[in-house]
Amino acid sequence: MRYLIIGNGAAGVSAAETIRANDPTGEIIIIGAEPYPMYSRPGLAYVLMNEVPWKQVMARRPEWYQRLQLSLVHGRVTHLDTAGKRVKLKNGRLISYDQLLIATGARAVPAPYPGADLKGVVYLDTLDGTRELRSQAKRGRKAVVIGGGITALELSEGLAANHVRTHYLLRRDRLWSAVFNDDEGQLLEEKIRSHGVKIHYHSELSEILGKRGKVNAVRLTNGEIIRCDLVGIGIGVRAQLEMVQNTPIKVDRAILVDQFMRTNIPHIYAAGDCAQVYDPWSETYNLDVLWPSAVAEGQAAGLNMTGHEHPYTKGIPFNACLLFGMHITAMGQINPRSDEADGELNVVQHLSRGSSELWYTYPRQYSSAWSKDGVNTVRLVLDGDFLVGALVIGDQALADPLRTVIQSRVNVSEILPQLKQGGSPMKAALEKLWIGIEAAEAGDNHSFGGS
Amino acid sequence: MNLFQQLFQASAEENNSQGDHDIQLELVGRVVPDSRRCVQCGVCSFNCPIGIPVREYARQGLPVQMADCITCGQCIQVCPRGTLRWEVQRR
Ligand SMILES: Cc1cc2nc3c(=O)[nH]c(=O)nc-3n(C[C@H](O)[C@H](O)[C@H](O)COP(=O)(O)OP(=O)(O)OC[C@H]3O[C@@H](n4cnc5c(N)ncnc54)[C@H](O)[C@@H]3O)c2cc1C
Ligand code: SF4
Ligand code: SF4
Repeated sequence: MRYLIIGNGAAGVSAAETIRANDPTGEIIIIGAEPYPMYSRPGLAYVLMNEVPWKQVMARRPEWYQRLQLSLVHGRVTHLDTAGKRVKLKNGRLISYDQLLIATGARAVPAPYPGADLKGVVYLDTLDGTRELRSQAKRGRKAVVIGGGITALELSEGLAANHVRTHYLLRRDRLWSAVFNDDEGQLLEEKIRSHGVKIHYHSELSEILGKRGKVNAVRLTNGEIIRCDLVGIGIGVRAQLEMVQNTPIKVDRAILVDQFMRTNIPHIYAAGDCAQVYDPWSETYNLDVLWPSAVAEGQAAGLNMTGHEHPYTKGIPFNACLLFGMHITAMGQINPRSDEADGELNVVQHLSRGSSELWYTYPRQYSSAWSKDGVNTVRLVLDGDFLVGALVIGDQALADPLRTVIQSRVNVSEILPQLKQGGSPMKAALEKLWIGIEAAEAGDNHSFGGS
Repeated sequence: MNLFQQLFQASAEENNSQGDHDIQLELVGRVVPDSRRCVQCGVCSFNCPIGIPVREYARQGLPVQMADCITCGQCIQVCPRGTLRWEVQRR
């Protein structure tokens, strides 16, 4: 049996590990387009910020592949022949398969402006790109960054950490308006400014200007010109689907797979940022651009490829991040007003890294609760009597309790008054509920284990 | 004062009042990860003064074993994802 995995990222490597655990003798080949062992893509931000040397983001050693008897091939797959069950690499090499996993991830959407090809237009996307970006940042004096999500903010923070004078353009009057409300946005904006980044509101880029092939300014839609030598782009990602074009594999915004990570073609699976996975709860195909989702989907694919019927059950999409020194955890459905969220989603049309489509969806019977204590905020999103999402900024004490309560889908009608009250009554009620759920789950596991 | 100093101080005060002498022996604890939060960035391992592969523990969801660890708390402080926490156990 030959398992072929295209993609040496979180999803591909997790799948390989799971396959090996379930099939000690099968041949496993991983193809990766980048000349490295698997590395942490979220870790690239810390490379840019000079917190770790670039080699540190390597999350697996070559010996790890040897130990698990995984053959790692560096090369780019350009064609997939689903009838002949083989792939073709850019160098012409053909590799056949019995079971195929496509785990090619997503890439940054290129800047859709004139001048996008100039040197100095940069992305936080790949390890090679980040190494190059860091050397340019060391020479750079002034940068303009655009984009709504986490990556654009990490780009701004990273450039500022390299002493580049950084200007961050916001299309609207609020930061990441598809996720934050006014207060939350303001808290983060203050942090951004304290790192020396200048925020420009209602500012949209129209053209990148340059001289002798290099960036020297940007022009905004209002005609204003900002001189700069770097332009950071973080406007979202797009699944890497080139090789599935001209194949019968069904694609929407990414490769459509069922709960077993199967595409519509037998023996072909997909997982990670390049997959749009059927979720029986919402009855839709969902797209996540999240590390833990990629790992879990890869593991589910690995199980199913080795003959185990194992449906992937999506946990609530969750991201804990640190932006400009501020801890932010987002989980479940958090968009406060979907009618206004057209902004980043519809105009830019791409999901930003470290986020989930589910974040932007609207609960059926929406209500919310909000609590602010200095620089710490908690926003709860309710669907009738159920908590369906939360955004926790600053103090993270409630992040784990909220995750458990949302995940377990318990009815919270009895503590609704405390939740709406916010502050310590909310905290006490949530912690009590959390302890109850954890104890019940521990009890369940115990009786299960004992029976 | 970081979390560890606070913990040690609290424990030292408690131990002194009980008339005990060696606080290091009394306080047993370990670094525990929540692997669901971990993005394998390696910032923890890079900052561990004695080179413990904390990232590997975090990936597997295993506590860092006390024998290797000098309980300095560096890894917990630097983790950008809040993956690591200190679990106190008393003997
Ligand atoms: C700067 C940054 C910050 C992020 N922050 C967060 C965060 O805070 N939280 C979070 O959860 N997630 C975050 N993410 C997203 C997270 O990294 C991804 O969701 C995750 O890496 C997806 O894993 P994957 O295996 O699907 O794809 P990838 O990790 O992208 O791996 C794809 C693999 O496929 C290979 N490949 C692609 N095309 C081909 C081809 N044609 N032939 C051969 N090989 C190919 C690539 O070389 C690579 O090895 C961030 C990402 C970045 C870049
Ligand atoms: S620093 Fe935190 S997120 Fe990064 S590898 Fe270590 S435990 Fe995981
Ligand atoms: S507590 Fe200190 S010694 Fe122990 S693993 Fe963390 S950084 Fe290393």
